[in-house]
Amino acid sequence: MNPLDFSVEELDRLFTLANDIEKNPAAYAHACDGKILATCFYEPSTRTRLSFESAMTRLGGRVIGFADANSSSAAKGESVSDTIRVISCYADICAMRHPKEGAPMVASEKSRIPVINAGDGGHYHPTQTLTDLLTIRTMKGHLDGFTIGLCGDLKFGRTVHSLINALVRYPNTRFIFISPEELRVPDYIIEMLKEKNIPFEEVIRLEDVMPRLDLLYMTRVQKERFFNEEDYVRLKDFYVLDVAKMTLAKEDMLVLHPLPRVNEISVEVDEDPRAAYFRQAQYGVYVRMALILTLLGLA
Amino acid sequence: MLNVGKIEEGFVLDHIKAGKSLSIYEHLQLDKLDCTVAIIKNARSNKLGKKDILKVECDIDMLDLDVLAFIDHNITVNVIKAGEIVEKKELVLPQQIKNVIKCHNPRCITSIEQELPHIFVLADPAKEVYRCKYCEEKYRESAKF
Repeated sequence: MNPLDFSVEELDRLFTLANDIEKNPAAYAHACDGKILATCFYEPSTRTRLSFESAMTRLGGRVIGFADANSSSAAKGESVSDTIRVISCYADICAMRHPKEGAPMVASEKSRIPVINAGDGGHYHPTQTLTDLLTIRTMKGHLDGFTIGLCGDLKFGRTVHSLINALVRYPNTRFIFISPEELRVPDYIIEMLKEKNIPFEEVIRLEDVMPRLDLLYMTRVQKERFFNEEDYVRLKDFYVLDVAKMTLAKEDMLVLHPLPRVNEISVEVDEDPRAAYFRQAQYGVYVRMALILTLLGLA
Repeated sequence: MLNVGKIEEGFVLDHIKAGKSLSIYEHLQLDKLDCTVAIIKNARSNKLGKKDILKVECDIDMLDLDVLAFIDHNITVNVIKAGEIVEKKELVLPQQIKNVIKCHNPRCITSIEQELPHIFVLADPAKEVYRCKYCEEKYRESAKF
């Protein structure tokens, strides 16, 4: 599943359902009684797996699965196609994370049950994008007309690419890409924005654009992405969000981050009401609950 | 100049980029056909300077036009009956090609799932861009042909 597989209207329905779940959790506590979610995680991802497990448990369903390839039949050489055929007999819905790109798509072609892509290599992480969109929509009330700053590793960050692709469908969106030269957003995204006439800027320093942002999406700048130590030392502080930089921001700007955070957001910022990244993790559960209900035809 | 005679029944693939005829021979699996095939390399061409030509004496239905269009949709396909051109087929880029080229992305599921077909989908007809159905890696001509 790619977030763009859903139309804007379908996403709206999903987010409205997620908001209703947030307001009336008791009404959904038995919505999935008797249903089973299989979490097939071929590589470790505690956060996403637990979010799915929490979502299904809060809906009254049960969870089976494995947390890494070594504890699954993949270690014996079983193909994804065969595994999902067997899982289809055991569960009603499956969330799959796999290090190989396209693996969940292969699974969905062979499966008798809905398969949710819980991350496939550097390719897609659609439920993270749904989480990001739900957080923005809930905390801001809409998804259009924002100036959004994306900061850090914009080259390899799949959550960044998915979010850009999702936001271009909403009118009057403006992007500001804040990254070192080495980690600029890929050419195919720039080409897509030019083709659609969507305004964007590329800058090096976060401070320079902070006052103009409605949303700031932070990602981690990893040392190993740089060609040399000197460049890393010179640039790394540009991409660390601290209290001083927050003083430059609008009063209602939101700071988002897909987590895990290492040091790119100073812990002092956590107390700032504009810091939305932990609430984002909460919305991740609601949106996964809404997705499970929708895909099981129980919404 | 070398002369290759007319064919009575079959097809002539004209305006092949010079040097590409053997690759087309291979991809159309002409080696599996029990019929006469003439491969003409570096023929003079007003349009291309130099070109290759393939003449094949077999039924046109035995030719996979999708594969040919994918390789080069500028190739002219002349259908020959009784020694005369009776039809010129227009090649259209196929929406999807299966097991013609392989995805070379080491992170793609096709790199480990053995029975999986290698499917490429036409992502941008204007720029003739094909992407792997599974990982969406762009197909680069220089890497294969």
